Amino acid sequence: MKTRNKLAGMLSALVLAAVGALMLSRNVSAAGEGKITGTVKLAGTAPHQRAIDMSKEPYCQKLHADHPVTLENVVVGSNGGLQNVVVYVSEGLPASAGGQVPSEKPKWDQKGCQYIPHVVALDINQHFLVTNSDPTSHNIHPIPTKNPQWNKSQPPGAQPFDVSWANEEVSIPVKCNIHPWMHGWMAVVKGPTAVSDGNGSFTLDNVPPGNYTLTAWQETYGAQTQKVTVAAGKPATADFTFKAK
Amino acid sequence: MPTIHKTTFLSMLLLSLGLGVAVAQNGGASSGFPTPKNDFTASEQRGHGLYLRYCVGCHGVLGDGEGENAPYIDPRPRNFILATFRCRSTSTGTLPTDQDLENSLERGLVNSNMPSWRPTTPYDRKDLVAYIKTFSPRWKTEKPGTPIEIPAEPEVTPERVKAGEALFQKLECWKCHGVEGRGNGPSADTLTDDQNRPIQAFNFHDGTRFKCGSTDRDLYKIFMTGLDGSPMPSFADNVKPDEAWDLVFYLRTLQPMKTKAKLIAKQLGLKPINPAGAPAQPPANPENK
Ligand code: HEC
Ligand code: HEC
Repeated sequence: MKTRNKLAGMLSALVLAAVGALMLSRNVSAAGEGKITGTVKLAGTAPHQRAIDMSKEPYCQKLHADHPVTLENVVVGSNGGLQNVVVYVSEGLPASAGGQVPSEKPKWDQKGCQYIPHVVALDINQHFLVTNSDPTSHNIHPIPTKNPQWNKSQPPGAQPFDVSWANEEVSIPVKCNIHPWMHGWMAVVKGPTAVSDGNGSFTLDNVPPGNYTLTAWQETYGAQTQKVTVAAGKPATADFTFKAK
Repeated sequence: MPTIHKTTFLSMLLLSLGLGVAVAQNGGASSGFPTPKNDFTASEQRGHGLYLRYCVGCHGVLGDGEGENAPYIDPRPRNFILATFRCRSTSTGTLPTDQDLENSLERGLVNSNMPSWRPTTPYDRKDLVAYIKTFSPRWKTEKPGTPIEIPAEPEVTPERVKAGEALFQKLECWKCHGVEGRGNGPSADTLTDDQNRPIQAFNFHDGTRFKCGSTDRDLYKIFMTGLDGSPMPSFADNVKPDEAWDLVFYLRTLQPMKTKAKLIAKQLGLKPINPAGAPAQPPANPENK
């Protein structure tokens, strides 16, 4: 009698799990339908981005001798598009959406004494790789407030660090103490997110139909929000404009 | 002895300060003790009382490092809300063990205003640690890290001292600490802590003790786990345990104390390292292709 009960219990648990899995996969494919695209622009004149003096690291200075690297606090394309803006869904996502951590591992490279990319957007618990392409050591030092702070030296030729962040945080400043001009940002959000490209364009994939609040965050100008509705089978658009101060 | 005196004086000063705060906080309550806050354990409750007496003047009522003496102190008192600690036996990014924190209280942090609390009892220090852990929710959601493994200390030999010197160069400790370890490397004058305040790299020539201890094992731990919240990174990912001991021996040659390592360095005629010997070409790293 006892074993029977147990068996029945196990069976129903199995059935439940199977149904659950089905429902989950349904949600995922539904999520695959929606999409938000848009452009971020800067109105007004972009602040001057001064050239960085890398003379303390002769290798990097030589590398950029012809095209000195400038600050990247405000990066504007020829069409006025604002680059490096993090766009994400800040409200309205169903609890089931964004439950799956993307398996894609973005790379965060230290190259020519710069972070490439300057801004990365990650899902919570999404793994990413920190690499060093330079013949000099860097210490990678993210300084979050909602996640644990760490600081690791990465000498030339070292294995990549495979890391992730457990809590939402827009955005975590990252610096190299050896090369104080190196700084970048890691945005950690739950669900669909993107960083605007050189034309200021972005695409958020896997947004299920619904009503949302979209947030755009830029390191110098801060955050902006707007409402957007995604209908089934039709990409929604949302454009942002930041004002130069 | 002078340190004890200073500590006692400080404690008395803070005692009066702390009592003032305790009374002020208590407002109209009739008992002489602060009203129990939420669901403190007996140990946290005791720690709370001790904290108000000894620590609040620097670390603040909220544990945010903004006590009334804080503006006059450099380096600034630790902000316990972030739960980021320098002295850990655990990997960078993880919480320290209770023992790590109790050791810091007992030892004090040299080159800072954080005194040694040796005059308190070990039980007091346990309770104080229990209390400062209530400032950050991290202690509820995370476990302390696992202490790193430290193999038994090998015999110091000329080969090991030389190998340690090569590591000091290769790992670029000198970028911050200077080629002679005087805390004056090319990056030294731009170093800032996690609050963006200027901070100095350790000068090996005028210190026998470190913030995080003074034994060889402490020194091993320091550069393997890093001093979280400061620019001093962890090297554990790229230094093997045996190599770490070589580096310990070399660092000892830079310090003022007479050690076997220092004697060996003298016999070898070791000169300050030459940073120009660093590699000039990007490494072949398959991951970066
Ligand atoms: C006179 C000011 C002062 C007082 C009093 C004081 N501290 Fe500190 N404390 C500091 C400073 C300054 C630091 C940071 C030192 C540094 O970063 O080098 C510090 C750091 C710490 C740390 C961090 C250690 C680490 O590994 O990062 C702990 C823990 C701590 N204090 C606990 C206490 C406790 C508990 C008390 C009371 C018993 C206390 N402190 C009293 C000034 C003080
Ligand atoms: C990016 C700069 C930087 C690099 C690179 C660096 N350090 Fe440090 N180091 C510091 C700073 C800053 C401190 C002081 C931290 C503090 O007081 O909170 C420090 C402190 C120390 C201390 C004293 C810790 C204590 O408890 O007082 C030791 C020992 C040390 N470093 C060893 C090393 C070794 C060995 C290397 C290379 C393997 C190295 N450091 C590389 C910046 C650096």
